[in-house]
Amino acid sequence: MSRVFFRLRNLLRFAVTAVAFLPFSAYSEWGLNLPPPSTSIAGRILDLHNAIMLVCLVIFIVVFGVMFYSLYAHRKSRGHKAHQFSHNSKLEVVWTVIPFLILVGMAIPSTATLLFMEDTTDSDLTVKITGYQWKWQYEYLEHDISFFSNLSTPRAQIENREPKGEHYLLEVDKPVVLPANRKIRFLLTSNDVIHAWWIPKFGVKKDAIPFYINEFWANIDEPGDYRGQCAELCGKDHGFMPIVANVMAAEDFDAWVVDQQAMKVASAGEADRTWTMDELMVHGQEVYFQCIACHGDQGQGVPPTFPPLTGGAVTTGPIEEHINVVMNGRPNTTMVAFKDQLSDADIAAVITYERNALGNSMGDLVQPSEIKALR
Amino acid sequence: MSVAHTETHDHHDHRPSGVMRWLTTTNHKDIGTMYLIFSLMMFFVGGVMALAIRAELFQPGLQLVNPELFNSLTTMHALIMIFGAIMPGFVGFANWQIPMMIGAPDMALPRMNNWSFWILPFAFTLLLGSLFTAGGGPASGWTLYAPLSIQGGAGVDMTILAIHMMGISSVLGAINIIVTIMNMRAPGMHMMKLPLFVWTWLITAFLLIAAMPVLAGAVTMLLTDRHFGTAFFDPAGGGDPVLFQHIFWFFGHPEVYILILPAFGIVSQIIPTFSRKPLFGYDSMVFATAGIAFLSFIVWAHHMFTVGMPLAGELFFMYATMLIAVPTGVKVFNWVATMWRGSISFETPMLFAIAVVFLFTIGGLSGLMLAIVPADFQYHDTYFVVAHFHYVLFSGSIMAMMAATYYWLPKWTGRMYSEKLGKTHFWLTTIFFNITFFPQHFLGLAGMPRRIPDYSVQFSEFNLISSLGAFGLGLSQLIMVYVIIQCVRGRAEKATDQVWEGAEGLEWTVASPPPYHTFSTPPTVR
Repeated sequence: MSRVFFRLRNLLRFAVTAVAFLPFSAYSEWGLNLPPPSTSIAGRILDLHNAIMLVCLVIFIVVFGVMFYSLYAHRKSRGHKAHQFSHNSKLEVVWTVIPFLILVGMAIPSTATLLFMEDTTDSDLTVKITGYQWKWQYEYLEHDISFFSNLSTPRAQIENREPKGEHYLLEVDKPVVLPANRKIRFLLTSNDVIHAWWIPKFGVKKDAIPFYINEFWANIDEPGDYRGQCAELCGKDHGFMPIVANVMAAEDFDAWVVDQQAMKVASAGEADRTWTMDELMVHGQEVYFQCIACHGDQGQGVPPTFPPLTGGAVTTGPIEEHINVVMNGRPNTTMVAFKDQLSDADIAAVITYERNALGNSMGDLVQPSEIKALR
Repeated sequence: MSVAHTETHDHHDHRPSGVMRWLTTTNHKDIGTMYLIFSLMMFFVGGVMALAIRAELFQPGLQLVNPELFNSLTTMHALIMIFGAIMPGFVGFANWQIPMMIGAPDMALPRMNNWSFWILPFAFTLLLGSLFTAGGGPASGWTLYAPLSIQGGAGVDMTILAIHMMGISSVLGAINIIVTIMNMRAPGMHMMKLPLFVWTWLITAFLLIAAMPVLAGAVTMLLTDRHFGTAFFDPAGGGDPVLFQHIFWFFGHPEVYILILPAFGIVSQIIPTFSRKPLFGYDSMVFATAGIAFLSFIVWAHHMFTVGMPLAGELFFMYATMLIAVPTGVKVFNWVATMWRGSISFETPMLFAIAVVFLFTIGGLSGLMLAIVPADFQYHDTYFVVAHFHYVLFSGSIMAMMAATYYWLPKWTGRMYSEKLGKTHFWLTTIFFNITFFPQHFLGLAGMPRRIPDYSVQFSEFNLISSLGAFGLGLSQLIMVYVIIQCVRGRAEKATDQVWEGAEGLEWTVASPPPYHTFSTPPTVR
């Protein structure tokens, strides 16, 4: 039963906070419709949605206006006598043809919008998005920039030990940076299972499928932060892989690209110098944030699917095997290869951290240069 | 032997008593009863899972269940409600009603009938048992999309085998229904005189035979991918993950109509009775049902608009899906026209039937919106979809079964349920249903994905309302159980043979409750 209810005292906390939240607290948007659009695509979809909604509403009111009138006027309790008619061919033809014509009226603008959305030609920039369980990778193909984007909401907020922030579950460590007013072409794929990339205000949602490359485009009107989520069930942390886009004015974006490339050159030297134990532990703790989803903030894991790291066979075994598992993953499990996701320094630091924290104290460490040599 | 043979003829009702009666029965009424009790039990099992889901979603943060269990609960809730509550429920009504409505003494294949029921308890023991395996139950959603479903533990294999058993049960049941309707109609009961419930079930049975083997194929391929080294859905071995979705939905979309056509049939029986008028447009009802069944086979990919199909594919599936609105509209117009200038009274079955027409149409119209590809990109995999299919499946299928329960229970038990309790149940169900599911449209439009155990704070209010509604909805169903028990135990007033003033059809010509064997001599239909 411990697996079923993961902490019994949470039940009590649940009851107490439930009452506290009843007066509808500070969070409130009460959104009733699609969010205000930020791209031409989202704008067209919103117009289409509103138009269809209106047509449906009119049909609904007419049909059920007739029905409720009948329920009122033709009641037995009012003494209404039943008329025994059972068909009317003219009427039946009319109410087959009219809906058909309405549908044709709906199909025309829908087709036009779809054609508009599918046209990914003449783009100014290509960003490749790869879904992972449970994070996103962004690669700027023309600029040789690549990074991962993880949920940054602290576990303490998720487990109700701290109050929730304004962007609870919709915040990441590194947002995807995009220019405003440029046509951006996105290529979308996945490294494991199917995910879906979606920012409601952009009006695009596409599946990220392993070995498939899907494409879509966006031209964003205004700089700002835009938030969305993975929209295809992808396992345990499906609800915890948000998408944040930091949209900048085009010039700011160009400056950001130059910055990123300079940083990349600077960090290349990091792998060659010798790190101290303290440096590795401090950096390792930062990197370990990416492991918490499966292996737990205390290394406790979620047995049997996700093994604990505290006293684990790998984390307290030979360091060579530990390096191998982190770099190359475990085939046929959700433990993926981190070789391409993390830098040499990241891998060395997180392995050192796992062996000397989380209740382990092996006393050994691994240098980034050793990882570099293994590539 | 010959002596025993004569004896069975002499004692017409000779049958074992106690458990053996139910294990060995070949009587359509007994089997119908077992199906219905089974369906009711599964309705509550699946309902408790839904309440666990709504309790977790009552407010942001993780409170009661961890994300893995949450995913198992959403998966199991769907599988149990679809394959355990709705499908066996409709088969139960078919078993009771079809022989009595066409003037047949029993189903055509009574022993197979016994088997098609008794497979089910084993299938669902296996399915529910998966929750207790290491790694938990299936957690990839009821759609079991590969490659996610390749990842799960032994629970997924148990689910696959359970689905095979449910499929066998459904196909056997469907064969029986088709054979019965084709061969055992009373003299004079021409096809175009069949009650509409029988017609919709006949068409549903064909859909079952066509669709269930496709599902069996999909899950078998999943099984061999998981354990026997094939790579149907694994691109690394030359397979294709999207292939699974195509096969699944080629089953899945006809399945949607398997779940709703018998409900249309029930509503088409009840509305004329309480309007005291024949059904409007009988012929067009039959053709519309057949039309919907045909279209259901060519629209499957509208569940997959976001996978990145070619433009031509998206346009085809959009147009074909929109077309379904035409025959469905015809049905709704016919029901309204049946009420028009009738002499309407509002007993509980009629209240439920009217609610089905009204609320199902909300689900139908949101379905039309979902067919519009560009708009679907926004709605897909959000709570808008969750709201849509609950309007179709709860206020369509489930509430139609409630209507049917109140409509035929007096006939089956010989006891008239308490109208006061029935109406209380109706109003509580309708109100709480809307409190639960209407706000989910707004959640979806605002951007809340489905199948998430925790959500950002902007979604708090509507989730809270929805959860409160769900608990009200769940508790209200206990009234129906009480009503049924009262009737079955004979604690209610006696019902007449006619039961409803405006009811027409052969089932109302026999006693209430009907004798164990009805129509041993076929009636003549004029």
